[in-house]
Amino acid sequence: MDAVHSPTAMLISNFVFPNDLHVHWSMMIVLYPYITGLVDGAFIIAALYYLFDVKSLKPVARFSLLFALAFLCCATLPLLLHLGRPERNFNMLLTPSPSSAMAGFGYIYAVSMGVLVFIVLFVYRPDLVELRATSKGWLQLLYRALTFDSIDLSKKALALDRKIIRFLVGIGIPIAVVLHGYVGFIFGGVKANPTWSTPLMPVIFLFSACVSGISAIILAYIVIRKVKGRSIDHACIKTCIKTLTLFFILAFTFEMLEVFSHSYLKSGYHHMVEGLLNGPLASSFWLWQVKICSVIPLFILGVMAMVTIKNYIYNFTAAVVSAILLLQVLIMRWNVVIGGQLMSKSARGYTQFHPEWFDKEGILAVIIVMTIPFIILFVLSKIFPFWAADSETNVK
Amino acid sequence: MKRRSFIKKVLNGTIAGSLYLVWPMGGEGIQIPEQIPGIMGKEYDILNQEFAFIVDVTRCIGCGSCCVADKREYNVPDGNYRTWVERYVKGFSDKIYVDSPNGGLDGYQHPRKDIDEKIRDTFFVPKLCNMCKEAPCVQVCPVGATFKSPDGFILVDEKRCVGCAYCLQACPYSARFLHPDKKVAQKCTWCYQRVRKGLLPACVQVCPTKARKFGSMKDETSEVYKILKGPGVLTVLKKEMGTFPALYYKGARREVI
Repeated sequence: MDAVHSPTAMLISNFVFPNDLHVHWSMMIVLYPYITGLVDGAFIIAALYYLFDVKSLKPVARFSLLFALAFLCCATLPLLLHLGRPERNFNMLLTPSPSSAMAGFGYIYAVSMGVLVFIVLFVYRPDLVELRATSKGWLQLLYRALTFDSIDLSKKALALDRKIIRFLVGIGIPIAVVLHGYVGFIFGGVKANPTWSTPLMPVIFLFSACVSGISAIILAYIVIRKVKGRSIDHACIKTCIKTLTLFFILAFTFEMLEVFSHSYLKSGYHHMVEGLLNGPLASSFWLWQVKICSVIPLFILGVMAMVTIKNYIYNFTAAVVSAILLLQVLIMRWNVVIGGQLMSKSARGYTQFHPEWFDKEGILAVIIVMTIPFIILFVLSKIFPFWAADSETNVK
Repeated sequence: MKRRSFIKKVLNGTIAGSLYLVWPMGGEGIQIPEQIPGIMGKEYDILNQEFAFIVDVTRCIGCGSCCVADKREYNVPDGNYRTWVERYVKGFSDKIYVDSPNGGLDGYQHPRKDIDEKIRDTFFVPKLCNMCKEAPCVQVCPVGATFKSPDGFILVDEKRCVGCAYCLQACPYSARFLHPDKKVAQKCTWCYQRVRKGLLPACVQVCPTKARKFGSMKDETSEVYKILKGPGVLTVLKKEMGTFPALYYKGARREVI
């Protein structure tokens, strides 16, 4: 393997294995970790309120749960669109191969979904009971089903609800961590790919998931409240931004640590990773992911943490920085999933990826898949009110 | 000719012609010679088999016959390769130029014209499934569609494969592809269906220089047994991946990946 340590000799022919010319995991596999990441991050916000008693997050806590639910409903969509034989997808649940990391997805997903649905139902139970009393027809029937036909809102019952919610959120955290850490491991466990094959991958995925989810909640909260002409809870936004800052520092540090490790250890096929980051990914990684979407937000978050800013400017900046970070995580997923596959296993060259518009994994499909959670969220908002009745009390 | 007699003649011809289909023509007398001793006409003991594949790089002339045989045997879709042949060109500056246009299917009939320096050496490296003893593709397949048979072959059950392409990512040798029509993973099987009949893999059979060798490690008289148990130096590809291939290379230079 001496030749591997001679980068110029290795790369001179830009030789790509004949079967490596095509990028097999394309944009749907970029979306899959992105969507589960949004779910995880949103769930963290809810967990901070319901389990760790961060009271200032109350205005967004319920919304976060619904947001997580809407996106979790669509987490399997990109996978089904990606599968060559989607009609056989249940084979993963019916006859899973215990040695495969991927085989665990169905179970982890099902458990996540079950826990999240129950958390939503218990959190919303008092509202649902009230809505049941005021609604008619099929809507009343729906609320009856969602409240398990119980109208008990006594102190004792509500105290029990709170205990159940704490328990469910408590087990929900490790499940959420497993859900997304596992997605990272899907990539981290591929030893044939030098950029994926690192134990840091689940950690990076997990922290970036928190970043994207929290950013999404901040942005969605501010936009929805503005559109509806309702006030924005500044204390809540401030806590969200602080949490976001913590997770983003961790995510960015580990992302850079991975690059640094490759470059410092110079192990195996490091020349291919270096060539990738400085070649085909020079723009999408260094310029977009690192400089524009990481360094600039870090600076903004630093200013927001250390300088006293007027509330409306703070909220506006929070929305902007959240939008940039949402893009950062999407680009990061792109660079990992698509970028990683640009390296041929020949260790001598890079292939190219050209997204198509009308493919089942094309740009149009991406737009549709990313639109569906918002439609689900809209439908959910008609059943579960986003904001608590007392959400205006803390408004400044 | 009258219509009546025409129909009569056509009917007679049809009946006479169809007799050829049922009449014994002596075809059963033709015996395909046994290529792997100890299998043809005997009960196949699946639990007591071990096979090895050796590629002798020093013998390969880059004719592409193996690739043609493989494509015909399996109707491999264009642009995908169960096996392919790479051309390595080494300059006096120690730079390595590798290519494999169309997977070497057309043979290397012309020298490369895009190399400016003086050429020190050229050689061809056939590639195929490594039949790893610790196969990553088997490990990662979520539904067990890719599996290891008791006789050591890594095979794909096309009726179970979901087409997730995880095995394509996991294979360090890029020996797999997703069939564009069937939407399932495919790869070289060392012609398992032929081996079970005592026949050599198609690529081995057609190789004019015996650069591809296949045989049973349970047969001490087989060529692969003698080479593998002999003093000669053999290598495997990407040893550091810990896949323990059953595909060995004889005379593969250190530049070969």
